[in-house]
Amino acid sequence: MTDSKPSDTESAELETFRAETRAWLEANCPPEMRKPATSDADVFWGGRNAKFSSEPQRIWFERMRDKGWTVPDWPREYGGGGLSAAEHKVLRAEMAKMGARPPLSSFGIWMLGPALLKYGNDAQKKEHLPKIAAGEIRWCQGYSEPNAGSDLASLQTRAESDGDDFVITGSKIWTSYANYADWIFCLVRTDPTAKKHDGISFILFDMTSKGVTTKPILLISGYSPFCETFFDGVRVPKSHVVGTINRGWDVAKYLLQHERAMISGMGERGVGRPLGQIAADSVGTDGQGKLDDAMLRGKIATFDVDEAALAACAERAVDLAKAGQAHPAFSSAMKYYGTELNKRRYEILMSAGGVDVLEWESERSRQGARPRAWLRTKANSIEGGTSEVMLGIVAKRILDLPGA
Amino acid sequence: MALVLTEEQSMLRDSARGLISDKAPVSHLRSLRDSKDPTGFSKELWHSFAEMGFAGLLVPEEFGGSGLGFMEAGIVMEEIGRTLMPSPFLATSVVAASALNRGGNAAQKSEYLPKISNGSLLATLAIDEGAKHRPLQTNLQAVRAGNGFKLSGAKALVVDGHVADLLIVAARTAGAAGEREGLTLFLVNPAAKGVAIERTIMVDAHNAARIEFANVEVNADSVLGEVDQGAALLDGVLDIGRGTVAAEMVGLSDEVFNRTVEYLKSRKQFGKLIGEFQALQHRAAELYVDIEITRAATMKALQALDADVAKAASSVAVAKARAGTTATRAVQEGVQMHGGMGMTDQFDIGFFMKRARVCEELFGDANYHTEQLARARGY
Ligand SMILES: Cc1cc2nc3c(=O)[nH]c(=O)nc-3n(C[C@H](O)[C@H](O)[C@H](O)COP(=O)(O)OP(=O)(O)OC[C@H]3O[C@@H](n4cnc5c(N)ncnc54)[C@H](O)[C@@H]3O)c2cc1C
Ligand SMILES: Cc1cc2nc3c(=O)[nH]c(=O)nc-3n(C[C@H](O)[C@H](O)[C@H](O)COP(=O)(O)OP(=O)(O)OC[C@H]3O[C@@H](n4cnc5c(N)ncnc54)[C@H](O)[C@@H]3O)c2cc1C
Repeated sequence: MTDSKPSDTESAELETFRAETRAWLEANCPPEMRKPATSDADVFWGGRNAKFSSEPQRIWFERMRDKGWTVPDWPREYGGGGLSAAEHKVLRAEMAKMGARPPLSSFGIWMLGPALLKYGNDAQKKEHLPKIAAGEIRWCQGYSEPNAGSDLASLQTRAESDGDDFVITGSKIWTSYANYADWIFCLVRTDPTAKKHDGISFILFDMTSKGVTTKPILLISGYSPFCETFFDGVRVPKSHVVGTINRGWDVAKYLLQHERAMISGMGERGVGRPLGQIAADSVGTDGQGKLDDAMLRGKIATFDVDEAALAACAERAVDLAKAGQAHPAFSSAMKYYGTELNKRRYEILMSAGGVDVLEWESERSRQGARPRAWLRTKANSIEGGTSEVMLGIVAKRILDLPGA
Repeated sequence: MALVLTEEQSMLRDSARGLISDKAPVSHLRSLRDSKDPTGFSKELWHSFAEMGFAGLLVPEEFGGSGLGFMEAGIVMEEIGRTLMPSPFLATSVVAASALNRGGNAAQKSEYLPKISNGSLLATLAIDEGAKHRPLQTNLQAVRAGNGFKLSGAKALVVDGHVADLLIVAARTAGAAGEREGLTLFLVNPAAKGVAIERTIMVDAHNAARIEFANVEVNADSVLGEVDQGAALLDGVLDIGRGTVAAEMVGLSDEVFNRTVEYLKSRKQFGKLIGEFQALQHRAAELYVDIEITRAATMKALQALDADVAKAASSVAVAKARAGTTATRAVQEGVQMHGGMGMTDQFDIGFFMKRARVCEELFGDANYHTEQLARARGY
């Protein structure tokens, strides 16, 4: 036996953990929480003004929070579950098996937390991580600007030094949930004379600070999940900078890896029932039980092959990271494929549903849940870095191809 | 089980790669092809394979083998895929050894498995009859005659068929083509009366044969597994073949891809390296992603086979389907991005394209396996 294979006692411990976890989930996850979220109301985001959309949602959140399992692999001192990578994998697998929803969704968990764990100082970690774990503070991401999208490093929002503070002026755009968020993690230019990547800082501040305003933007799905965000002389202590002043790009990039890994997970996230069954309900089946639309059947089967393969690759990505063999840019590869796959999923769902999924308003259609979700997925390959940008990163950073 | 190689597996890969890249680079296949080598592979290399424990890799230790798993077999296949080394490994050490080990009785195992392990016996499965892989369509008839059976019919794409010392023949003892019931596997001596073997020179310059059986007499002892109940045994053996061929295709795809990326970094046009053109960068990146996803799916299938062959079908279907589309894409992009060079025989890239085409047909193509998944999921 070598070190890379778990010893017998280790795997026995893991099996005990699996059994205990399964039993605990069985006893504690309300039945209503054992199916995938189908609308934003099904998702609990936390925050100062958080409201639960149902009693089971509250119970599930509180039980998981008390166990530290809103952030199972974070250290216990910050409100996490302190699980090892192997235990975390077991927990995820057991939750997936019963279809259990994440109890808390947040940019704090997916993005800021990992960045703080790596780049934050002690005070910042102690201040912010437990509130993220407990769902007390909801965060938003202030990266994109009107003239800095794919070319993020050309951002212009400026932070001018004034004693112990920075004074921030400028505007952000596409800031998801800025109108609901309590705090923002924001990229600002602290040195306008340096090269574009070198004068950026990563800074945290309260959205109730004087000078912050938000203006919602309506999406093609008819929802307004994001905003234009304006900063007019917002005063923020310099101690709120994460990492080194003017080295914020490192933090920003590290955070993006986590964001991309999270978004790529959408490609694996099913919609409850298998596509083949959903399609059978609307297009019907022939005598042998095959979908009555051979072309659609072929598309679904090809999708199912790719989805299963992507799931294996996501599992492998985690295992590679654990083994220290992961390429840091691999999350871009996964983001590209996962989001394109999710778009395919919804194209199939629309095609399978036909006329029945074109209604936009009505109880029957749950206010057009399907077409709105379909339209929302089109953003998957834009948000967090576009597909073209992801392919560029793979080409340059992983394949080492030449050129700018 | 983590989807990364263990330390032992990495060592196995390194030693397989060392031997194969040293002794059997693509030029090895080229010279076998050009000299119209009658054997179609190097016997000397096969002995090295046996000495390193690869010939009996899947054979239990009690029969002189290494007793390793399908993940390990896949590792060797991936390395074979990188240089397209013609080798009895697939037909003998993976498919036939699995058939004997899973279906054989004590006498059959102790007769054949030790000889597979020491490299002295070549064996192969004769399954396909039509243009496409359709195992249930097996129609080669085996009718009872005296104490045994008489076999009549024809097989195609029998890998290593003209050099094999033992044929494992899928035949119909009952039922009609298309039915699961009534399939039986037989161990047949290729020298038996009525067996006519025609070596077929294939596009990929790897061994294959068409074999005709005209009232070939076999005795009752030559049944492998149970009469009429061969489908389950066959499913398992074929899935093992599919999973490991998928691994060969991952190796092949990865190698074509690496060569292509190197070319993008060295060929200049319009005063620039062609790898600077975004049109090619993005296609290369897409292909990279495809290969990585297929690699993971293949590892998953091999793990599933190691856990329980009978429950691995869906994972295997996913892997072989993905391997088919990925390899097809990899070799096409490989040729295209090499421009005129990619079209020349003197350049190796075409060998990969040819082998990929054959691997795609071996044990079912992407369409076949995608269909299998749809059926398994009930739509
Ligand atoms: C639903 C949604 C939520 C979002 N949430 C947030 C958020 O919370 N916080 C935040 O900061 N931002 C957020 N964004 C913004 C998102 O990160 C940007 O939209 C994204 O980075 C693309 O920038 P852009 O929209 O300016 O497009 P552009 O950069 O102008 O791109 C336009 C097109 O050109 C292509 N393109 C650009 N550069 C290249 C290149 N070098 N090579 C090839 N093609 C190229 C792009 O791929 C795209 O197809 C969100 C976006 C959406 C849609
Ligand atoms: C069967 C055959 C017959 C032929 N017959 C003739 C003939 O009779 N007479 C004759 O003169 N020639 C002939 N040719 C040559 C043919 O015209 C060239 O092969 C072709 O122009 C490509 O050039 P190349 O081979 O140097 O590839 P390269 O130019 O090196 O191209 C390599 C790869 O880079 C890509 N690439 C190059 N530049 C760019 C760019 N700016 N942006 C994006 N991608 C780029 C190409 O598309 C290709 O995929 C023949 C070729 C073949 C294969």
